[in-house]
Amino acid sequence: MTLEDIANLVNAEILCGGEKLAALDVPRAYACDLMSDVLALCSPGALLITGLTNIQIVRTAQMLDIQSVLFVRGKTPPQDTISLASKSEISLLVTKISMFQACGILYKEGVKPCLLADMEE
Amino acid sequence: MPEPLDLEYDIVADDYQTAGEASSNLKETLKMLGISSPICRRAAIITYEAEMNLVIHGGGGRIIANIDEDKIEIKTIDQGPGIPDVALAIQEGYTTAGDQAREMGFGAGMGLPNIKRNADIFEITTEVGKGTTLRTVINFTSE
Repeated sequence: MTLEDIANLVNAEILCGGEKLAALDVPRAYACDLMSDVLALCSPGALLITGLTNIQIVRTAQMLDIQSVLFVRGKTPPQDTISLASKSEISLLVTKISMFQACGILYKEGVKPCLLADMEE
Repeated sequence: MPEPLDLEYDIVADDYQTAGEASSNLKETLKMLGISSPICRRAAIITYEAEMNLVIHGGGGRIIANIDEDKIEIKTIDQGPGIPDVALAIQEGYTTAGDQAREMGFGAGMGLPNIKRNADIFEITTEVGKGTTLRTVINFTSE
Protein backbone atom coordinates (compact mmCIF):
# COMPACT_ATOMS: atom_id res chain seq x y z
CA MET A 1 0.00 0.00 0.00
CA THR A 2 1.32 3.44 -0.86
CA LEU A 3 1.17 6.53 1.32
CA GLU A 4 -1.22 7.98 -1.24
CA ASP A 5 -3.61 5.04 -0.68
CA ILE A 6 -3.37 5.64 3.06
CA ALA A 7 -4.05 9.37 2.67
CA ASN A 8 -7.15 8.59 0.62
CA LEU A 9 -8.41 5.94 3.05
CA VAL A 10 -8.33 8.27 6.06
CA ASN A 11 -9.12 11.41 4.04
CA ALA A 12 -5.87 13.04 5.15
CA GLU A 13 -4.54 16.49 4.38
CA ILE A 14 -0.87 16.54 3.30
CA LEU A 15 1.27 18.95 5.33
CA CYS A 16 4.62 18.21 3.70
CA GLY A 17 6.37 15.57 1.61
CA GLY A 18 3.40 15.20 -0.73
CA GLU A 19 5.62 14.72 -3.78
CA LYS A 20 6.51 11.15 -2.78
CA LEU A 21 3.04 9.94 -1.73
CA ALA A 22 2.50 7.69 -4.72
CA ALA A 23 5.99 6.20 -4.65
CA LEU A 24 6.28 5.46 -0.92
CA ASP A 25 5.35 1.91 0.00
CA VAL A 26 4.01 1.67 3.58
CA PRO A 27 3.48 -1.96 4.55
CA ARG A 28 3.24 -1.43 8.31
CA ALA A 29 2.06 1.07 10.88
CA TYR A 30 2.51 1.76 14.58
CA ALA A 31 0.13 3.92 16.63
CA CYS A 32 1.36 5.45 19.87
CA ASP A 33 1.84 8.65 21.85
CA LEU A 34 4.81 7.32 23.82
CA MET A 35 8.01 7.98 21.95
CA SER A 36 10.07 5.38 23.81
CA ASP A 37 7.51 2.73 22.83
CA VAL A 38 7.89 3.88 19.24
CA LEU A 39 11.69 3.62 19.59
CA ALA A 40 11.31 0.11 21.00
CA LEU A 41 8.75 -1.33 18.62
CA CYS A 42 8.27 0.65 15.41
CA SER A 43 9.83 -0.81 12.27
CA PRO A 44 11.84 1.27 9.80
CA GLY A 45 9.64 2.50 6.97
CA ALA A 46 6.42 2.10 8.95
CA LEU A 47 3.75 4.80 9.21
CA LEU A 48 3.69 6.41 12.67
CA ILE A 49 0.15 7.29 13.79
CA THR A 50 0.09 9.69 16.73
CA GLY A 51 -1.86 12.38 18.53
CA LEU A 52 1.27 14.29 19.58
CA THR A 53 2.48 17.05 17.29
CA ASN A 54 5.66 18.41 18.90
CA ILE A 55 9.07 18.46 17.20
CA GLN A 56 10.25 15.33 19.04
CA ILE A 57 7.85 13.26 16.91
CA VAL A 58 10.00 14.12 13.90
CA ARG A 59 13.22 13.49 15.85
CA THR A 60 11.91 10.03 16.79
CA ALA A 61 11.02 9.37 13.16
CA GLN A 62 14.53 10.44 12.09
CA MET A 63 16.16 7.95 14.45
CA LEU A 64 14.14 5.03 13.11
CA ASP A 65 14.06 5.84 9.38
CA ILE A 66 10.31 6.40 9.61
CA GLN A 67 9.31 8.28 6.46
CA SER A 68 5.68 9.11 7.19
CA VAL A 69 3.65 10.36 10.17
CA LEU A 70 -0.16 10.62 10.42
CA PHE A 71 -1.58 13.00 13.03
CA VAL A 72 -5.08 12.12 14.22
CA ARG A 73 -8.08 14.10 15.51
CA GLY A 74 -7.32 16.99 13.17
CA LYS A 75 -4.29 18.16 15.14
CA THR A 76 -2.05 20.32 12.99
CA PRO A 77 1.54 20.40 14.25
CA PRO A 78 3.44 23.64 14.92
CA GLN A 79 5.55 25.10 12.12
CA ASP A 80 8.86 23.90 13.60
CA THR A 81 7.61 20.31 13.43
CA ILE A 82 6.61 20.73 9.78
CA SER A 83 9.89 22.50 8.91
CA LEU A 84 12.08 19.77 10.43
CA ALA A 85 10.00 17.04 8.75
CA SER A 86 10.27 18.81 5.42
CA LYS A 87 14.05 19.15 5.83
CA SER A 88 14.29 15.48 6.82
CA GLU A 89 12.12 14.32 3.89
CA ILE A 90 9.47 12.91 6.22
CA SER A 91 5.90 13.16 4.97
CA LEU A 92 3.34 14.58 7.42
CA LEU A 93 -0.38 13.92 7.08
CA VAL A 94 -3.30 14.95 9.27
CA THR A 95 -6.71 13.29 9.48
CA LYS A 96 -9.80 14.45 11.35
CA ILE A 97 -10.69 10.93 12.53
CA SER A 98 -9.54 9.37 15.84
CA MET A 99 -6.52 7.13 16.32
CA PHE A 100 -8.85 4.13 16.83
CA GLN A 101 -10.72 4.85 13.61
CA ALA A 102 -7.53 5.42 11.62
CA CYS A 103 -6.02 2.16 12.91
CA GLY A 104 -9.23 0.25 12.20
CA ILE A 105 -9.50 1.48 8.62
CA LEU A 106 -5.84 0.84 7.79
CA TYR A 107 -5.75 -2.57 9.50
CA LYS A 108 -8.87 -3.65 7.62
CA GLU A 109 -7.24 -2.60 4.36
CA GLY A 110 -4.19 -4.76 5.03
CA VAL A 111 -1.61 -2.53 6.72
CA LYS A 112 0.36 -4.81 9.06
CA PRO A 113 1.30 -4.09 12.68
CA CYS A 114 5.02 -3.67 13.38
CA LEU A 115 5.34 -6.04 16.32
CA LEU A 116 3.42 -8.86 14.65
CA ALA A 117 5.36 -8.43 11.43
CA ASP A 118 8.64 -8.60 13.33
CA MET A 119 7.55 -11.72 15.21
CA GLU A 120 6.62 -13.46 11.97
CA GLU A 121 10.09 -12.96 10.53
CA MET B 1 35.38 0.42 7.66
CA PRO B 2 35.61 4.08 8.68
CA GLU B 3 38.64 5.89 10.07
CA PRO B 4 38.46 6.48 13.85
CA LEU B 5 36.41 9.59 14.62
CA ASP B 6 35.46 11.29 17.89
CA LEU B 7 32.34 13.43 18.28
CA GLU B 8 31.26 15.47 21.31
CA TYR B 9 28.03 17.30 22.02
CA ASP B 10 26.96 19.55 24.91
CA ILE B 11 23.34 18.95 25.92
CA VAL B 12 21.26 21.63 27.64
CA ALA B 13 18.86 20.76 30.48
CA ASP B 14 15.10 21.07 29.89
CA ASP B 15 15.52 22.24 26.29
CA TYR B 16 12.89 20.16 24.52
CA GLN B 17 13.10 22.19 21.34
CA THR B 18 16.69 21.42 20.34
CA ALA B 19 16.81 18.03 22.10
CA GLY B 20 17.58 15.32 19.58
CA GLU B 21 19.82 17.47 17.38
CA ALA B 22 22.98 15.77 18.64
CA SER B 23 21.54 12.31 18.03
CA SER B 24 20.38 13.32 14.60
CA ASN B 25 23.84 14.69 13.77
CA LEU B 26 25.53 11.51 15.03
CA LYS B 27 23.23 9.32 12.96
CA GLU B 28 23.85 11.37 9.81
CA THR B 29 27.61 11.13 10.42
CA LEU B 30 27.43 7.34 10.77
CA LYS B 31 25.39 7.10 7.57
CA MET B 32 27.96 9.24 5.73
CA LEU B 33 30.71 6.93 6.97
CA GLY B 34 28.93 4.06 5.24
CA ILE B 35 27.91 2.21 8.40
CA SER B 36 24.94 -0.13 7.86
CA SER B 37 21.39 1.10 8.49
CA PRO B 38 20.61 -1.34 11.36
CA ILE B 39 23.75 -0.24 13.23
CA CYS B 40 22.96 3.43 12.51
CA ARG B 41 19.45 2.95 13.94
CA ARG B 42 20.74 1.19 17.07
CA ALA B 43 23.28 3.97 17.66
CA ALA B 44 20.58 6.59 17.04
CA ILE B 45 18.14 5.01 19.51
CA ILE B 46 20.84 4.74 22.19
CA THR B 47 22.02 8.32 21.68
CA TYR B 48 18.52 9.79 21.46
CA GLU B 49 17.27 8.06 24.61
CA ALA B 50 20.47 9.01 26.45
CA GLU B 51 20.23 12.59 25.16
CA MET B 52 16.63 12.83 26.41
CA ASN B 53 17.78 11.50 29.78
CA LEU B 54 20.33 14.33 29.97
CA VAL B 55 17.61 16.84 29.04
CA ILE B 56 14.95 15.42 31.40
CA HIS B 57 16.92 14.06 34.36
CA GLY B 58 20.62 14.89 34.18
CA GLY B 59 20.54 18.66 34.30
CA GLY B 60 22.21 18.63 30.90
CA GLY B 61 25.54 17.00 30.16
CA ARG B 62 27.84 15.76 27.46
CA ILE B 63 27.64 13.06 24.79
CA ILE B 64 30.93 11.57 23.60
CA ALA B 65 30.98 9.17 20.68
CA ASN B 66 34.11 7.33 19.58
CA ILE B 67 33.71 5.69 16.21
CA ASP B 68 36.29 3.02 15.59
CA GLU B 69 36.99 0.55 12.79
CA ASP B 70 34.86 -2.16 14.32
CA LYS B 71 32.69 -0.48 16.95
CA ILE B 72 31.13 2.71 18.26
CA GLU B 73 31.32 3.72 21.90
CA ILE B 74 28.67 6.21 23.06
CA LYS B 75 29.09 7.80 26.48
CA THR B 76 26.91 10.33 28.29
CA ILE B 77 28.19 12.21 31.31
CA ASP B 78 26.15 14.41 33.62
CA GLN B 79 26.53 16.08 36.99
CA GLY B 80 22.86 15.55 37.80
CA PRO B 81 21.14 13.98 40.80
CA GLY B 82 22.36 10.42 40.11
CA ILE B 83 20.26 7.25 40.10
CA PRO B 84 19.49 5.87 43.60
CA ASP B 85 18.44 2.41 42.37
CA VAL B 86 19.88 1.42 38.97
CA ALA B 87 18.11 -1.97 38.89
CA LEU B 88 14.77 -0.20 39.35
CA ALA B 89 15.63 2.45 36.75
CA ILE B 90 16.34 -0.26 34.17
CA GLN B 91 12.94 -1.91 34.70
CA GLU B 92 10.51 -1.32 31.83
CA GLY B 93 7.81 1.13 32.86
CA TYR B 94 9.63 2.72 35.80
CA THR B 95 9.94 6.47 35.42
CA THR B 96 10.55 9.61 37.44
CA ALA B 97 9.96 11.99 34.50
CA GLY B 98 7.89 15.08 35.18
CA ASP B 99 4.84 16.47 33.43
CA GLN B 100 6.75 18.45 30.79
CA ALA B 101 8.60 15.35 29.56
CA ARG B 102 5.39 13.33 29.56
CA GLU B 103 3.57 15.97 27.53
CA MET B 104 6.29 15.60 24.89
CA GLY B 105 5.74 11.83 24.72
CA PHE B 106 8.59 10.81 27.04
CA GLY B 107 8.59 9.34 30.52
CA ALA B 108 7.21 5.93 29.55
CA GLY B 109 9.91 4.20 31.55
CA MET B 110 11.45 2.67 28.42
CA GLY B 111 14.54 4.84 27.96
CA LEU B 112 17.20 2.81 29.74
CA PRO B 113 15.65 -0.55 28.66
CA ASN B 114 15.74 0.69 25.04
CA ILE B 115 19.39 1.69 25.43
CA LYS B 116 20.31 -1.65 26.99
CA ARG B 117 18.48 -3.62 24.28
CA ASN B 118 20.42 -1.89 21.52
CA ALA B 119 23.87 -2.02 23.13
CA ASP B 120 26.42 -4.85 23.15
CA ILE B 121 28.01 -3.33 26.24
CA PHE B 122 25.88 -1.31 28.72
CA GLU B 123 27.43 0.17 31.87
CA ILE B 124 26.09 2.77 34.31
CA THR B 125 28.25 4.47 36.91
CA THR B 126 26.22 6.69 39.19
CA GLU B 127 26.41 8.41 42.54
CA VAL B 128 23.52 10.18 44.19
CA GLY B 129 24.16 13.91 44.26
CA LYS B 130 27.22 13.62 41.97
CA GLY B 131 25.99 12.46 38.57
CA THR B 132 25.77 9.59 36.13
CA THR B 133 27.99 8.21 33.39
CA LEU B 134 26.49 5.83 30.87
CA ARG B 135 28.81 3.84 28.59
CA THR B 136 27.55 1.77 25.69
CA VAL B 137 29.29 -0.03 22.85
CA ILE B 138 27.90 -1.38 19.60
CA ASN B 139 30.10 -3.82 17.68
CA PHE B 140 29.68 -3.41 13.94
CA THR B 141 29.66 -7.17 13.55
CA SER B 142 26.65 -7.61 15.85
CA GLU B 143 23.81 -6.91 13.40
